[in-house]
Amino acid sequence: MPKVKETEILIVGGGPAGLSAASAAANLGASVLVLERDEKPGGQLIKQTHKFFGSKKQYAGDRGYQIGDLLIEQCGNNPKVEVWTNTTALGIYEDGVVTAEGRAKHLKINPKKIIVATGASEKMITFPNNDLPGIYGAGAVQTLMNVHGIVPGRRVLMIGAGNIGLIVSYQLMQAGVEIAAIIEAAPTIGGYLVHASKIRRAGVPILTSHTITEAYGNESVEGAIICKLDEGWQPVSGSEQDLKVDVICLAVGLSPLTELCFQADCQMKYVSELSGHVPVRNEHLETTRPGLYVAGDVSGVEEASSAMVEGRLAGISAACSLGYGEDIAPKLQAEALAELSELRAGPAGQKTLRGIMNLMDKGGAVC
Amino acid sequence: MQTKETIVCRCEDITLEEIKSLIDQGYRTIDEIKRVIRAGMGPCQGRTCRMLIAQELAKYYGIPVGEVLMPTFRPTVRPVKLGTFAGGE
Ligand SMILES: Cc1cc2nc3c(=O)[nH]c(=O)nc-3n(C[C@H](O)[C@H](O)[C@H](O)COP(=O)(O)OP(=O)(O)OC[C@H]3O[C@@H](n4cnc5c(N)ncnc54)[C@H](O)[C@@H]3O)c2cc1C
Repeated sequence: MPKVKETEILIVGGGPAGLSAASAAANLGASVLVLERDEKPGGQLIKQTHKFFGSKKQYAGDRGYQIGDLLIEQCGNNPKVEVWTNTTALGIYEDGVVTAEGRAKHLKINPKKIIVATGASEKMITFPNNDLPGIYGAGAVQTLMNVHGIVPGRRVLMIGAGNIGLIVSYQLMQAGVEIAAIIEAAPTIGGYLVHASKIRRAGVPILTSHTITEAYGNESVEGAIICKLDEGWQPVSGSEQDLKVDVICLAVGLSPLTELCFQADCQMKYVSELSGHVPVRNEHLETTRPGLYVAGDVSGVEEASSAMVEGRLAGISAACSLGYGEDIAPKLQAEALAELSELRAGPAGQKTLRGIMNLMDKGGAVC
Repeated sequence: MQTKETIVCRCEDITLEEIKSLIDQGYRTIDEIKRVIRAGMGPCQGRTCRMLIAQELAKYYGIPVGEVLMPTFRPTVRPVKLGTFAGGE
């Protein structure tokens, strides 16, 4: 007889969103199971050695991994929360059963509510020889360095001057790796200027309106050709430069990791401001599949600070729908929504707000 | 490096040229392309190539990338060994 694990709330993904959802729901009395594909929960936070920006309430000023440890501890101290690491959710079925693979076993879980908090995956771009060894995603480089203590090479070309490109460049420099240049196809730097200035002061050029035209090398990357782009994003002939590098690092954005939402038949919409296809949901983060909530980067790529608040909001909403904390839930939900508006008050937040408005707009194309 | 290849699907080693040629031949959706050439059927299940193929279709048909039909998503989100099913419950 197949044994099915019963739980009130199943959370897929143990990053800042998932862990915050877990403790919020458990604090109201719901029993929670978190599935985390990695060995250790914490999501992106476990490799983030820099001090976080954002608001004090979301631990700004602390380093990413310290925030992760704090969230893990909060869950660990709560007897209502169970965390299964090394366990990947594989499917969500029509009858609500979720399957997973954990320690080479096929597992079945029957939850009353589901919160999908799977985060995002790195985007790739196309250029000749883009599969040479030595070409990495920026997130992968960060994991390699900050989790495993390995530097990827000696001299790096970073593609993308958003926050991730800037932060990973700086961390490479801290590890003694040379950055040949940071190139950015857009005419302006996307990331925070504090990060960009720190890098420029160290003598690293940040070239906007530039792209890579090809990588070259025999066994692995030996160099890259970059060129300038005109206002119409077309290569300017004669502007090519040859950079001798052994690593090319792609920091060209993230896509929400929404396969499980697609599978569960949530209504999905492509919203460029949220970085890809995201599930349509209500203010309390419930999708069009009743009882399925989303939180964090999977609902639109943003930041850990907002992921934590969204997690809390989804956790409270799911617990409340099971009858837990009905008296205080509305107040807690209102508080979380207020914190989200505060976090989204800045220029980067404006983009997210536009995206959410666009998403909520009824009658949009459903892909 | 003998030839310069631009890879779209890393798992199945499929090039941009191959994808473009299928689109030229009239294959109109990500699912159709997947069925003829296996793009998106490897270990990452299309995480990397899905939107790159969508971009090519969008360019070819002159539509926004958000309007390209997404493929059907089925469990499992990643390949699982048969033994896991046999040995699990
Ligand atoms: C280099 C870098 C620097 C950053 N700096 C900052 C900063 O200074 N301030 C800030 O606020 N934000 C920052 N961010 C952004 C922040 O890290 C993310 O927005 C945040 O981690 C998103 O949280 P999440 O919980 O949604 O996703 P994640 O942190 O990605 O967590 C998702 C978790 O789900 C797991 N998972 C996925 N699929 C499955 C599955 N099928 N089954 C089981 N588990 C699964 C993953 O293993 C992962 O642990 C930075 C990001 C990067 C990459």
